[in-house]
Amino acid sequence: MILNTPGSPHIHAKTSVTAIMLNVVLALIPAIVAYVWFFGWGILVHMFIAAATALLTEAFVLYLRKKPIAPALLDGSALVTAILIAFCIPPLAPWWISLTGTAFAIVIAKHLYGGLGYNPFNPAMVGYAMLLISFPREMTAWLSPGTIEQLSLNLAETFTTIFSDAPIPDAVTMASPLDTVKTELARGQSISGLPQETLSGMFAGKGWEWCNMAFLLGGAYLLYKKIIHWHIPVAVLASLVMFSALFYMIDNEHYLSPLIHIFSGATMICAFFIATDPVTASTTPKGRLIYGAGIGILIYIIRTWGGYPDAVAFAVLLMNIAVPTIDHYTKPRVFGK
Amino acid sequence: MAKDGELIMKFGKLFSFRGGLNLAKYQHEPADTTIGITGIPERLIFPLQQHIGEPAEPVVNVGDKVLKGQLIAQATGPISAPVHASSSGTITAISDYPVPHASGLKASCIELHTDGCDQWIADRKIIGNTYKQLSPIELGEHIHQAGIVGMGGAGFPTNIKLNAGQQNAVDTLIINGAECEPWVSCDDMLMRERPAEIIIGAQIMMHALHARRCIIAIEDNKPAACSSLKNTINSLKPQADSNNNPGTLEIIEVPTIYPTGGEKQLIKILTNKEIANKELPQNSGIICHNVATATAVYRAIFCAEPLISRLITITGDIPHSQNREVLIGTPAGDLIEMGGGQRSALKQIIMGGPMMGIALQSDETPVIKTTFCLIGQTRKSTLVDITNKNILPCIRCGACADVCPAQLLPQQLYWYARARDFKKIKDYSLSDCIECGFCDYVCPSNIPLVQYYRYAKAEIFSLEKEKQKSDIARTRHEFHLSRLQREKEERAARHKQKINKLAARRPAIDSPAIDSPAMDSPEQKKSPPHTAINTAQNNKNIETP
Ligand code: SF4
Ligand code: SF4
Repeated sequence: MILNTPGSPHIHAKTSVTAIMLNVVLALIPAIVAYVWFFGWGILVHMFIAAATALLTEAFVLYLRKKPIAPALLDGSALVTAILIAFCIPPLAPWWISLTGTAFAIVIAKHLYGGLGYNPFNPAMVGYAMLLISFPREMTAWLSPGTIEQLSLNLAETFTTIFSDAPIPDAVTMASPLDTVKTELARGQSISGLPQETLSGMFAGKGWEWCNMAFLLGGAYLLYKKIIHWHIPVAVLASLVMFSALFYMIDNEHYLSPLIHIFSGATMICAFFIATDPVTASTTPKGRLIYGAGIGILIYIIRTWGGYPDAVAFAVLLMNIAVPTIDHYTKPRVFGK
Repeated sequence: MAKDGELIMKFGKLFSFRGGLNLAKYQHEPADTTIGITGIPERLIFPLQQHIGEPAEPVVNVGDKVLKGQLIAQATGPISAPVHASSSGTITAISDYPVPHASGLKASCIELHTDGCDQWIADRKIIGNTYKQLSPIELGEHIHQAGIVGMGGAGFPTNIKLNAGQQNAVDTLIINGAECEPWVSCDDMLMRERPAEIIIGAQIMMHALHARRCIIAIEDNKPAACSSLKNTINSLKPQADSNNNPGTLEIIEVPTIYPTGGEKQLIKILTNKEIANKELPQNSGIICHNVATATAVYRAIFCAEPLISRLITITGDIPHSQNREVLIGTPAGDLIEMGGGQRSALKQIIMGGPMMGIALQSDETPVIKTTFCLIGQTRKSTLVDITNKNILPCIRCGACADVCPAQLLPQQLYWYARARDFKKIKDYSLSDCIECGFCDYVCPSNIPLVQYYRYAKAEIFSLEKEKQKSDIARTRHEFHLSRLQREKEERAARHKQKINKLAARRPAIDSPAIDSPAMDSPEQKKSPPHTAINTAQNNKNIETP
């Protein structure tokens, strides 16, 4: 009797890319809640637009590339990219912002390079960077936390605001704390002379600190689930803390404290959700440390001396370029050698 | 500290190895905790190669009647092992049959039709306790004659690993009682049911090796095996006489992380020494033998029984999965049937564990000395058929690298294997991959990684062979060229000689005075072409290596 002869191994763990991606989405839920709480429903609307765009463009590109569509859509990676982009977009930005950003991320950053697993650059960050460069006004118009209460937009009203062309009144938008600090410092202000509301809240700006803590919580879940390795988040945060502490100790009137750095802006989402994107990160243990530390240092440099208030996108993209080199020089020692 | 000759147990400090998996206990581990006895099958098939090294050479002919334990094929060459009939009967064929080998090729086997009498050979010489008077070489020879090879799966002739002590002072003997695959429990069963055989076998091995200490390693999820061995050591203690057993015997529990049962991982855990791939542990003063091998040694010395049967876990989609004592040579299908499985419903049979086992070509393939497990599959569900799963691109999640016991980067190996970049793949130490399949097991993209590695290894092998061939061809060609060159030169030299002779003759006729040395140069001027050729050839001569 002739039997089947598959190669070993003959058993397989119950893991899948879809499960990983769904866990990532699950881990983002606390942050979504925090965003909705502080910045209103806008994030949900943008997430919806981004997700629809991501799935549609992905299906379309796969169709053009004559690749099977269902498995790629089901792997959930496009969904994660879409959600991450939505986090970067000011909540009342017009609808076409998240649409173009996501479409750019999926088509240019992902599929032009060959699709999942082949893209050297983090698609979400490519999309975000493109938006930041092309539409700086829309992309920096954050709501000040709390104004949402005054506006008291419900979900439907948020929806119409985002889809109408009418610009939101300047009175309710406000640059993010990091942005304000940057502008004020550039004007020759010192940190103690900053307007009161900039860094209100407990320690790192009202609302932002909570959002960052929500990302931290989600990140802890991913670590617990062993979906991400500890190396990258620890390296990002540690290097950022070390650098900011150094300069803060030298001159605390012109340099922000480490606490503000790690709990403000996009630090935590970067450390746990963006820098840890496995496809574009270094894949060796030592390499992950170097890669993460590089991102942390670049974030600090760009935030402090660069032209942009936050630096996560550029820091990650710059380190993406270095990944092949890092991987090459950080091969682990082979057993017994 | 232990006095000489005393058998002690102590729990040493353990180390760890990188990688590996804590594979949860599977339902497929046999629930039946007795050793099942199998009958004598109608037909036994003995592959001539059941070990690493040269295949054995048949010493029987078709039609011969043989008895149980009779030598039917003898060892050839320094690394080889003889084969014995595992029951009495008639030799019916010596030809090619399916054998358990990943290549799926058939190989030379001896077929025996049993007569059901199971009659032993007459003159069995039991050595028993007198083994202590034997020299290691003599002891090794007895073990060799019994056809014993490593029964944990490797199949290296045991006597060679016992005589290694002669050149490399072996200090530690490790008896490996850690299963190296999930689902398998035959070693556990052996330790529970036949502890004395293991311990005496270990003592014989220590004697052969002059080993100072012996460690029996057991996984920490096998308390029954551990206590049975402990009790046996205690009860044997009075018998241990001080002169001949100067070493100590310890039982050490090791964590149940696959592949703890792998020789190199076990050595790392116990001694913190890392033995590189393709290196021998004996060079580090360590020898590792499987518990089953220890019982085989005991049986050879104390029962004069060559290696003709062994314990095997038989599991899978069969109603009665069990550990059974099986005659070597029994066709796998017979054993699945004995466990209540339906032979006709079989879709595949895995010989070995679910991680590294080989899928057999045929249900006629026999159990050999290194077989420790058979998994029969009739339904789809028992074993995962990866071909039915979606294979996605590698997302570089690194899960594979986390579990790789060789500490490689499977994702990079995969990348370069796909790209056929064999130079790069060597940089990433593909040759150190032990094909344990762990990377494959955890890969969320369901990539059949090990198959890529096998493919790449085969490609590299054939490329290297081709290179060797072309190297040989090139040397031949160069040799050929240089021979042509030489012949040409010789011809030219002869030609020149002739001309010189002619020239020498001519002046002798014309004017005898030219014989004087002063006239040599005008003479040479007369024949510039030859000189030129000669010089050119001389130059070439220098150039040719
Ligand atoms: S486990 Fe699979 S998907 Fe993950 S890095 Fe390894 S090969 Fe790639
Ligand atoms: S099969 Fe090879 S690469 Fe994969 S885990 Fe085992 S040793 Fe590592």
